[in-house]
Amino acid sequence: MQLTLEFGGGLELLCDSVKSHNINVDPQDGEEQLTMKNLLSWVRTNVIKERPEMFMKGDSVRPGVLVLVNDTDWELSGQLETVLEEKDNVVFISTLHGG
Amino acid sequence: MDSNGVEAARIRQEIDSLKSNKRNIERQISALEAQLNQLEVNSSTVCPQPLSNGDLSNSNGLSPDMIYRYSRHLLLPSFGVQGQANLLKSSVLVIGAGGLGSPALLYLAACGVGRIGIVDHDVVELNNLQRQIIHTEAYIGKSKVESAAATCRSINSSTQIVEHREAFCTSNALEIVSKYDVVVDATDNAPSRYMINDCCVVLGKPLVSGAALGLEGQLTVYNYNGGPCYRCLFPTPPPTNACQRCADSGVLGVVPGVIGCLQALEAIKVASLVGEPLSGRMLLLDALSGRFRNVKLRGRSLQCEACGDDAVLTRQTFSEFDYEKFTQTPLSTGPLKLNLLSLDDRISSKEYNEQVGRGEAHVLVDVRPSHHYKIVSLPNSMNIPLSTLEGRLPEISAALEKEANKENGSNASLFVICRRGNDSQVAVELLHKLGFTSAKDIIGGLESWTHNVDPKFPTY
Repeated sequence: MQLTLEFGGGLELLCDSVKSHNINVDPQDGEEQLTMKNLLSWVRTNVIKERPEMFMKGDSVRPGVLVLVNDTDWELSGQLETVLEEKDNVVFISTLHGG
Repeated sequence: MDSNGVEAARIRQEIDSLKSNKRNIERQISALEAQLNQLEVNSSTVCPQPLSNGDLSNSNGLSPDMIYRYSRHLLLPSFGVQGQANLLKSSVLVIGAGGLGSPALLYLAACGVGRIGIVDHDVVELNNLQRQIIHTEAYIGKSKVESAAATCRSINSSTQIVEHREAFCTSNALEIVSKYDVVVDATDNAPSRYMINDCCVVLGKPLVSGAALGLEGQLTVYNYNGGPCYRCLFPTPPPTNACQRCADSGVLGVVPGVIGCLQALEAIKVASLVGEPLSGRMLLLDALSGRFRNVKLRGRSLQCEACGDDAVLTRQTFSEFDYEKFTQTPLSTGPLKLNLLSLDDRISSKEYNEQVGRGEAHVLVDVRPSHHYKIVSLPNSMNIPLSTLEGRLPEISAALEKEANKENGSNASLFVICRRGNDSQVAVELLHKLGFTSAKDIIGGLESWTHNVDPKFPTY
């Protein structure tokens, strides 16, 4: 399944400062669907290059990170249970405090 | 040289004195203009013009001056007299007169908000002027609130400007915010953002929230018309090392400029009851790629600890809440001061300078990121950024050996420096673990070098 991942608000620093990633990831063996939970663990292994604790806490993202699936807060699509589809766009953005 | 110096000092003094006179005169003019305006407003309300039936144009409460000043607003069919009248009756509080607050205040003053409050405890510094465009060089060292208020008054003497020259904290927040209709969060740290949010929830005030860092910005409206609040989105504060500051990470001046302007826009929409405020949505700016993203946010969370159905947030609990403890971050934006090492493992910048003066064999490792090193560095230092330190130990060994050979085999000392003396301590701890047991950090880093050794060494 082809997906676009984007990192912002400083999270891109955890993956060699690359903001946009076109990835190819398939559901795990024995599963038909790819959920956000699966994707997060895949991203942690395959995309995050340093300080994974700045990206994840437990099996979800760390506090202060907004997750957007096709420009919509993942809280509205089922959070970790959100089922991803071909060509979906997933954004991870850290909230900013500067001013 | 000496007579030149005396002459320069005399000219500087004269400039300062003239500038001070100029400020006084400007203040008097702006006070008189405000007085005049008040007289005109009073006379227009005391002697109402005779009305022809159904003709509302003369009963809109706008003086001729106001009609002329705001004519381009009045000409907008979707804004018009009603929008302007609402704005003139409204009050907006801007918390923070920095990178976001500067442009927000300029537009809020210009557009005719009736009363504007400005909160800040800081003074203007030279390194603010790159983005905090409401301040000018003449106000360096003076209160940001005083400076911002003077600029606002010079743009629009008919807007009432209220100066709150104090730090915004739980003991004064309720009293200040209760006097305004709309709040603009233009602060720069996590505890302030939670505090302002909670205060707005307790008092039922809409909150226009903006943030900017580096080349990115974020904007949304919280606690508006049943929409989510900051805590609905971020119930748990982020880890402290996830909160970057402009003073550490940098920011392109125009980025908070863009976000601050958009904050003014949202505040104007909320105050004038025109348009669709950015509630339940967030605007994300990626300045580098020139992209805005408008995303849909969750609604109000029923479990929210501030605005949820079972929330226990009241005036009382708010004023007793410890926001610094909650976010593990100090409210004041002063830099972090680590204290990891014993005094034996440290050396002051003065002592280091003396050792260099005596020609003692040593290696100085500067552990700042390379783009910092390019700004300014001490002569004969080698740049090994902290993040790469572990992999570059052989370079340090080689440098130490070379230095020792120069001195016929006596041991060379190893010193570590950074910008403020925090990373250098982390680096020394790491070096000790990896076998470089004599490594010492220079207390206070390059900032201390400027303060205690060479005042001409640039700071940033």
